[in-house]
Amino acid sequence: MTAQQVRSHSIDMSSVLQGKNVSQQPSETCIKVENLNLFYGEKQALHGINMEMQKKKVTAYIGPSGCGKSTLLRCINRMNDLVDSAKIEGKILLDGENIYDKSVNVAALRRRVGMVFQKPNPFPKSIFENVAYGLRIQGVNDKRILEETVENALRGAALWDEMKDRLNDNALGMSGGQQQRLVIARAIAIEPEVLLLDEPASALDPISTLKIEELINELKEKYTIVIVTHNMQQAARVSDYTAFMYMGELIEIGTTSELFTNPSKKQTEDYITGRYG
Amino acid sequence: MIRLWFKSGTPWVWLNAAAVSLSLIMVVGVLGLVIGRGVGHFWPHQISQFSYQEPDKQPQIIIGEKVETSITPAAMAKTTGYVMADNEETLVQYLIKTGNRDVTGTDFRWIQERNIKAHSEPLAMIVIERREWGNFYGQLLEVKEKGVTIATGEQAWQVLQTKIAETLAVFKEITHIEKKEVGAINYGLERLRLKQRKLELKNALDEVSKQDIATEKAAFEAEYKQYQVKLTGLYQQLRSDSLVAQTESGSQMVIPLAKVVRVFQPNTMSLLDKILHYGSKVIEFLTDDPREANTEGGIFPAIFGTVMMVMMMSVIVTPFGVIAAVYLREYAKQGFITRLIRIAVNNLAGVPSVVYGVFGLGFFVYILGGNIDQLFFPESAPAPVFGTPGLLWASITLALLTLPVVIVSTEEGLARIPSSIREGSLALGATKFETLWLTVLPMASPAMMTGLILAVARAAGEVAPLMLVGVVKLAPTLPLDGNFPFLHLDRKFMHLGFHIYDVGFQSPNVEAARPLVYATALLLVLVIIGLNLAAIVIRNNLREKYRALEG
Repeated sequence: MTAQQVRSHSIDMSSVLQGKNVSQQPSETCIKVENLNLFYGEKQALHGINMEMQKKKVTAYIGPSGCGKSTLLRCINRMNDLVDSAKIEGKILLDGENIYDKSVNVAALRRRVGMVFQKPNPFPKSIFENVAYGLRIQGVNDKRILEETVENALRGAALWDEMKDRLNDNALGMSGGQQQRLVIARAIAIEPEVLLLDEPASALDPISTLKIEELINELKEKYTIVIVTHNMQQAARVSDYTAFMYMGELIEIGTTSELFTNPSKKQTEDYITGRYG
Repeated sequence: MIRLWFKSGTPWVWLNAAAVSLSLIMVVGVLGLVIGRGVGHFWPHQISQFSYQEPDKQPQIIIGEKVETSITPAAMAKTTGYVMADNEETLVQYLIKTGNRDVTGTDFRWIQERNIKAHSEPLAMIVIERREWGNFYGQLLEVKEKGVTIATGEQAWQVLQTKIAETLAVFKEITHIEKKEVGAINYGLERLRLKQRKLELKNALDEVSKQDIATEKAAFEAEYKQYQVKLTGLYQQLRSDSLVAQTESGSQMVIPLAKVVRVFQPNTMSLLDKILHYGSKVIEFLTDDPREANTEGGIFPAIFGTVMMVMMMSVIVTPFGVIAAVYLREYAKQGFITRLIRIAVNNLAGVPSVVYGVFGLGFFVYILGGNIDQLFFPESAPAPVFGTPGLLWASITLALLTLPVVIVSTEEGLARIPSSIREGSLALGATKFETLWLTVLPMASPAMMTGLILAVARAAGEVAPLMLVGVVKLAPTLPLDGNFPFLHLDRKFMHLGFHIYDVGFQSPNVEAARPLVYATALLLVLVIIGLNLAAIVIRNNLREKYRALEG
């Protein structure tokens, strides 16, 4: 990157950040990560992570590929349990309870901490059944409740008006952006406390991306959101707090406007001004 | 030049094309042969009458269908002992189906063309398909009712038609009563006997139950008496009519109409008549029981047995294979032992099928069946119930034989489900079991169906193991009937594959039965294609429904 580009980049960033001021709003801790280490076999992927995420705020993880931001995100709903070689040390407290405690029911935890993946992954079922999936698992079979919840969830994901006449169509016939919003609707249908978004817009076109970002802004009224993104403008646009990770370590976390305009660490500054890959 | 040609890759293309064409030719050849030989069997052939005189012998008349022509060069004919004149270049022989096995002792004879003095196709020649002794060829003289001649000459043919229709109707009624009603009574009586024996064995046979059994028995017997009276009447009616016909040698034969299945005059038949005749023969072939040691009549019990056995096998092998595959792929810790198990499963597919038959007989029939008999059917001893080959054991043996195919394809199907789908389900709070049951297994169902298709294709064509565990030459009853409990898994059954072997190589009249072998083979192929098509249609529907996430 030339100096010219870097400068325009930072100017652009500050315009994005205008009007953002989170410190005035009251906040309380929702998720607290304490001394988290994660090993894949011999290789350590996360090094002593300590951080807090605030209730009903959007926290974004940024950092270069392979820095461990997705791994950290997947720790919050224990998705890493599925990887046989993964070993985890430390604690993650959700509302003060350690989710890695032996007594925790993983399925129940995942109901409280929903997740949306990088690539839309709707089930090969109808749109209605996709959204109702989580409820059906919980044993809800009352048609009235299901219909009501599906409608609310689809409205919540700004999909109701487009899809209300196509609820029985196969979800695989939708466009990528619609599929991703469907997956978000599916996640919020079971009313989680936390929503984890793993690069939710990276496989989408700019218009779909915009819609997802608008959606995130609406969703934070109700949910604590953690988002992993490659796109720094996106982090700046949607998040209240931003964490910068590098090589499995948390370098810096702070309010988004502070981190982007006045980073305290040299590494952070280098990254956001584009001096890294 | 040649090297350039090799380098260009042209020979490789030609080689590939040649291999493909060769395979195609072989498949088409097999089907063509089977169709050609099998389909023509039911067509009514012209009846020829030959004046035949071998050198230094009395002239004779030969009546029959020309089946085959053989042309031998003179030199070769000489070495095999034929006397050949110098001007003869070839020896032409015809194989004539002369029928009348009860008169001449054979159905076929070879005649030499040079000895034929005259050849004609008289219109009045009749063919009688009989229940015994094969076909009759000759001329109709008269029709008799209770020993009294009622029609002769021209009239006889007309009268015979109506008489035969009547007799066939009576015969059909008798068969129906004997098989259905009387069969049900016999079955009921046998159950009563077993009930009594069971109570005796338990020392629980008191007066009350004795009384009950006696009344029930009396009811059955009264019913039986009724049918017996009816049957006696019908049999009298059946035996009353007969026909008189003249054979090729001029002698007269009396043939009771009760023994006649069909009479026709092929030389007078129009094309439409022949087509109708053909149709009725094909329908008989598909829907009737076999006659005359399986060489005549239909093969319905064999079709039914084959389809039934394949379905039973599918019902057993699919859940079993799927569950095994789910454990291997989803739950078992992947490592040395699972690899070992997979290798073992794959190798099971290569074990010769007759070995499975031996295992089925030794383990399922004798050990498992024997113990089941001891535990649950002590009353029928010494007659075995499950301790003898039967439908259940045959189906289980074939299920074992085809298990590897189902396991392997299900495993492949499970491996193809994208992990993002599993994660999506787990992230919604589903347990592993719920994820499997609600999402992964439905998505893998087309692969399971593929496994089932392969299993059906293999099982339907299998004969060797079946001979040991349940298939017989002639089963008196179908494994499915109107008598409680309707599905009789302990019964022996007939099978198309074994039927082919039996008719072709074990029947007393191989020459006459040979076309039937081809017809049966054709039918076996059709049945397998039918079963496969059904499975393929189901699979394609599932595929459409669970189209994997691509792109």
